[in-house]
Amino acid sequence: MDRRKSIKSILLGTVAGGLVVHGCAPESESKDELAAVKSDENHFGRTPEEKELIAKLNSEQFFNEHELSTIAVLSNLILPPNDKFGGATDAGVVEFIEFMAKDIPELQTDLRGGLMWLDHKSNTEFGAEFKAASEEQQKQILDLIAFYDAEIPRDEQPLEIQFFSLMRNLTLTGYYTSKIGIEELGYKGNMPNVWDGVPEDVLQQHGLAYDEEWLAKCVDQSKRGIIAEWDEEGNLLT
Amino acid sequence: MQIKESPSVYDAIIVGSGAGGGMSAKVLADAGLKIAIVEAGPFFDPADPEQMTQLKWPYESPRRGANSTRDFGEFDMAYGGWEIEGEPYTREKGTKFDWYRSHMLGGRTNHWGRISLRFGPNDFKHKDIDGLGDNWPIGYEDVKPYYDKVDKLIGVFGTNEGLPNDPDGFFLPPPKPRLHELVYIKGARKSNIPVIPSRMSMLTKKINNDRGVCFYCGQCSRSCQVYADFSAGSCLIFPAQKSGGQVDLYVNSVVREVTTNEEGKATGVSYISKDDRKEYKLKGKVVVLAASACSSARILLNSKSKQHPNGLGNSSNVVGKYLHDSTGSSRAGFIPGLMNRKVYNEDGVGGMHVYTPWWLDNKNLDFPRGYHIEVWGGMGMPNYGFGFNPNEFNKFFGLPTGGYGESLRSDVKKYYGSVLGFGGRGEAVAREDNYCEIDPTTVDQFGIPVLRFNYKWSDFERNQARHMQATFEELIHNMGGEVLGDTPSKEEDYGLLAPGRIIHEVGTTRMGNDPKKSVVNKFQQLHDVNNVFITDAGPFVSQGDKNCTWTILALSWRASDYIVEQLKQQNI
Repeated sequence: MDRRKSIKSILLGTVAGGLVVHGCAPESESKDELAAVKSDENHFGRTPEEKELIAKLNSEQFFNEHELSTIAVLSNLILPPNDKFGGATDAGVVEFIEFMAKDIPELQTDLRGGLMWLDHKSNTEFGAEFKAASEEQQKQILDLIAFYDAEIPRDEQPLEIQFFSLMRNLTLTGYYTSKIGIEELGYKGNMPNVWDGVPEDVLQQHGLAYDEEWLAKCVDQSKRGIIAEWDEEGNLLT
Repeated sequence: MQIKESPSVYDAIIVGSGAGGGMSAKVLADAGLKIAIVEAGPFFDPADPEQMTQLKWPYESPRRGANSTRDFGEFDMAYGGWEIEGEPYTREKGTKFDWYRSHMLGGRTNHWGRISLRFGPNDFKHKDIDGLGDNWPIGYEDVKPYYDKVDKLIGVFGTNEGLPNDPDGFFLPPPKPRLHELVYIKGARKSNIPVIPSRMSMLTKKINNDRGVCFYCGQCSRSCQVYADFSAGSCLIFPAQKSGGQVDLYVNSVVREVTTNEEGKATGVSYISKDDRKEYKLKGKVVVLAASACSSARILLNSKSKQHPNGLGNSSNVVGKYLHDSTGSSRAGFIPGLMNRKVYNEDGVGGMHVYTPWWLDNKNLDFPRGYHIEVWGGMGMPNYGFGFNPNEFNKFFGLPTGGYGESLRSDVKKYYGSVLGFGGRGEAVAREDNYCEIDPTTVDQFGIPVLRFNYKWSDFERNQARHMQATFEELIHNMGGEVLGDTPSKEEDYGLLAPGRIIHEVGTTRMGNDPKKSVVNKFQQLHDVNNVFITDAGPFVSQGDKNCTWTILALSWRASDYIVEQLKQQNI
C-alpha cells in the first residue's frame, strides 16, 4: 500500500488530540484522539525567495544534450536496473545532476571537465565517444578510474578518479533519495507511527537486550493520550 | 523620510518571538496586558501546509534536501543561517565567531534540538568551586519553581535520577532507546560512563488539549504540525494570542533602537518594516528585549542618546562583553556490529533518546568545566549526501573501495545504520575579553550599524575538547568500532568548533548586583533604565554544560512575573 495513503488525514480541530495513525497504531488508541497529520503534495515548504530560485535554476540549462546523454550512460553503468528495481536514469538521476550543477556551481568544472576527459580517453583508446563505445569498452575505462585508495586524501587522487567518485556520489545520492531508491533501501519511516522499542528479533540478532529497570521508566504507549499529571515530587500519576 | 508613529501606547513591547520573547508574551498577555510583539522575520505556523517541511520526501525537491539554501538542509525549519544576505556581521582580525540567526515567528526554536536541561545548583555558583568567572546573583532555588512551571506548561520527557547537578523535574516518560543507543549504553558502561534517558521537549504523552502527541517522525528540526514539540510560536505565542486578545504581532519588522525621553526612560522602539523599507515607531511603558543575546546587545549599543551616550544600559561598559558559546567537538565511528541491519522504522523523536550528563570531577582534570555527550546514529531518511562513498568502510576489511554496478546496492544496504556519532557540548568560561561591539565601518541593508565579534578560545576549552576526543575514541573502541577520521591535532584545537557554532551564545548583557559590573539586575531589568528588560540569554552569567533554552524560558517567566508586579505597583 502506498505509504502516503496509509496516513489518515483528519483535520486538525481546535481541540487537537494526540496521534495519528497508520495501520499498526496500538489498539488502545481511541479514534477521537487521532490528530491530523498531513503533507500537502503541492508544497514542500519553500519561502517565496526559495521558490524564485528554483524557478530560475529550472529555466536555465547547464549541460548540453551530448553531456546529458553521456551522464545518462555513465550513471546507468554505476547503478544499472535489475530485475526488481529501475536504474539511475529511471530514478531521475540525470535531471538531478543537471539541477545540482546549477544549485552548487562549484561542481560545474569538475563535472564538465570530467566528461570531456572521458570522451578523450574513449576516442584515444577506441576511436569513439564514450557514450558510443560498446559497454565492454566503457567498462574497460571505468575499471581504470572507479577504484580509489582510501588512504589517500580525496583531493590528492588523480583527477579522473576524483571525477568518477563525484559521479558515483551524485548518482547514488540521487538514486537513494528517489522514490525507487527509498523503496529499494527499505527505509520505513517518514510516517506517523508509535515507536515502542527495538523488535525482539533484532535485539537477538545483535545480541542486545533492554534493562528491565530502564524499560520501566519509559513511556507506556497505551496511556499516551491521557493528560499528564504529577504529584508534588514529580512522579507521574497518569 | 518621516518616521511614522503609532498612536496607541502598549503596556509592553516585546522584541523577538523565540523562547525568551515567546515566554514574555505568554506571561504578559495572560496577565491581561496590552502587548506588541515585534519580530524581524515573517509569520510562521508549522501547521501551515505551504510552510510545512515535515513529512516531505527528499524527491519532492529537485535538490533532495541539499543545504544550498538552508545551512542544515533545505527541510530544516529556520529562515536564516550563518550568513544572511544584506545583514552582515564582522570579526576582529585573528578571532573567530560564527553567528546563526533565524528570522521568523518563533525564531530558532522552530528547528532547535529540543534538548531541555535545567542548570544545576553548581552551574549558578561555579566561581565558588573553581574561582573562575563569576557567580550568578541568583541560585538554583530561585529558578527551580519556574523550571517546574516550564516543565508542566511546555512538556519535557526525561527521568528523575537524583543527580546532584542535573536536577529532577516534572517529566513525561521517555521513549525506549533505539538499537544504536543500546550499543552506546553497553559501550559506555565498560568505561563507567553513565547514560540516562535524554531530556527533550517533545510530548510523548498528552499535556493539554491544544497540542498533539509525538507521532515519532524524527523531524523536530522541521517543527511539528501537531505542536508536539516546543516551538515558541505554536506553544507560547499562539496561546498568548488566544488568552487575552490584547496581542499585536508585528512581523517583518526589524528593531533599530529603543527610544528614550528626556529623563532617559524608554518610550518604545523604532523599527524598519521589511515590506516598505520605512521606519516606524511604537510606544510602550515597558520594553522587553528578547532578540537573542547578540541582537539585543546590538540594539542597546545602537540606542545612543544624550542621556545614554554609550548606548542604552551601558554605563558599565559591559554590554556585549562576556559573550560565550558552548564548546563543541564531534567524532563518529563505524560499528561492525551494526552492519546488515534488518530495516524497520526507528525514526523515534528528533534526536537522541539517551545521553550522558557530565560525570567527572574537574579537580582531577586540566580543564575547569564539564561537558555532556550527545549521541546519534540509526537508519534515517536518505537526503542529499546519502550514498556518498558507499563502500568506504570496505577499507576496514581489506576490500576494494569504489567500483560501480549492482554490488553498490548491497554495499549501501550492508552499511546502512552502522555509523554512530558523538557531539560533546561543554561549558566555556565567560571572559570579559570575548565580546561583540558595534562595527563603525559597516551597515546592514536597513541602515543599522552591525556587530563586530572578537572571540578566542582559551586552553580551558581546548583541553576540554581534547578530553572529549579521547573519550569518544575510547567509547568507539568499547563498542567494537573503528574511529573515523584522524584524531584532531593541537593545531586543529583538538576538533573544538569555532565559537558560535553550537548556537548557544549567551552572556552579552549579564546580570549582577553591582551596576558597575553587570547590565541587568537579578530580575533582568537594566540597572540604568528601569523600564527595559532582557529575557533572552544575554543575562546569563555562565551556562553550565547545559543547553540554554530551558533556562531562558524559566528566567523569562520569572522576569515577566516581576514586570507584571512592577506595573501593578506602578513602579515602572
